Amino acid sequence: MARFDYLEPHSLDEALGMLEKHGARARLVAGSTDFLVRWRTGVWRPEIVVCMQHVPGLDGLQFNDDDGLSIGAMVTVQDIEQNDIVRTRYPALAAGATAFAGVQVRNLATAVGNVCNASPAGDTLPALLAYDAQCRIVNSNGERWAPLTEVFVGPGQTAVGAGEIMTELRLPTPPPNSGGLYIKHSPRGAMDISAVGAASVMSLASDGTCASVRIALGAVAPTPIRAFGAEGRLIGQVPTDENIAESARLAAQSSRPIADVRSGAEYRREIAQVLTERTLRHAALTALGDVPDFDDVRRLAVQTAW
Amino acid sequence: MKQPLNLNINGENRLMLVEPYYSLLDCLRDDAQLTGAKKGCDEGDCGACTVLMDGKPVTSCLVLAHSAHDSAITTIEGLADVDGLSPVQKAFVEHGGLQCGFCIPGLIMSATGFLQENPNPTEEDVRFAIGGNLCRCTGYARVVEAVMAAAQEIRETS
Repeated sequence: MARFDYLEPHSLDEALGMLEKHGARARLVAGSTDFLVRWRTGVWRPEIVVCMQHVPGLDGLQFNDDDGLSIGAMVTVQDIEQNDIVRTRYPALAAGATAFAGVQVRNLATAVGNVCNASPAGDTLPALLAYDAQCRIVNSNGERWAPLTEVFVGPGQTAVGAGEIMTELRLPTPPPNSGGLYIKHSPRGAMDISAVGAASVMSLASDGTCASVRIALGAVAPTPIRAFGAEGRLIGQVPTDENIAESARLAAQSSRPIADVRSGAEYRREIAQVLTERTLRHAALTALGDVPDFDDVRRLAVQTAW
Repeated sequence: MKQPLNLNINGENRLMLVEPYYSLLDCLRDDAQLTGAKKGCDEGDCGACTVLMDGKPVTSCLVLAHSAHDSAITTIEGLADVDGLSPVQKAFVEHGGLQCGFCIPGLIMSATGFLQENPNPTEEDVRFAIGGNLCRCTGYARVVEAVMAAAQEIRETS
């Protein structure tokens, strides 16, 4: 069995120094939930693990109207799921968080870790794309911000470079009269990996037309993707059943699914269309209405195969 | 090489020598000799290794042992006190919430953590809370009954 040494930085500078010193021999971990599984199966074989859990200042989950939602690198998926502001202002993200694994893993796993591991099926990722997340990335020269759409470059691959650390996600404040939802489709209701996931976030203008919309899909391409063509079909239109159905059809067209143990490719494309349609309808319905009860969101967030 | 690790387990500080790559589960079972938490899948899917960290249920197979030094860890061995079994343990016994028993320490830890947060759950809440625990005897009905009964007991005695 491969072994590794454990390093525990207590500041960001110390962590950056460790990465610089050990280079490709080191791997950064946050919640370690993906890491330990992939290490045991031999996929990742670092000689040194740099654990970020004891670096102060990374566990903030804060919102204000000007800056939007800030999610620090050590904020867990459970912190997000339980947060009232996320549930009311970022309902698609709350749905993604509640669809994620089970409570024991949510208590460990972080949203930033989910981003950095860049699984096409990561359950927080479509919602983060749909809320236009920006990523704060620090390195020895300072920091840079990158839009999440540019961070995903392939399965398990990101634009976070060697010697860099993602420390924060920032989600702009959604416009007024917004609604959103994420739906995960998987064989099991808990502890499963998405066969397909879809998130939609929509805001309506006073005349009932769609002022803004973002649609993102998981597990149907090498990375989580935005369905830009499908979004363009809805902007400025009244989100009628017909317009939503057409947009969902375009979203499915933009997918490039593979066949694997969880689904065939054609099945994935079909489900992507169905889930996009359902999330768009829910987003349009809730954009002007009351915030839905979170128990209802939880019921909608995972739709199983049987 | 093994490194010293001071862990707070069931209210007791334990100084151990632990491999740097050990999970909390391996440390609990091999180094602390607490074998209540079970190794089912070792990849976070089955929940048999569930323990509480600062009151929150976690799959201990996915925790790096050396990262846990700031947390209070509670295992199934830490639930009973001088007055006997905890309300959740008692309810599992009274309702026959077990068959082979392998998954039960994890289920009881999940239920214990959950009821501390929500002592007034619906049955649907309970099923959601134990979604991360697999029972391959598939004896979930009585487990859910037991957790609902434990919730009532906790409400009535607190």
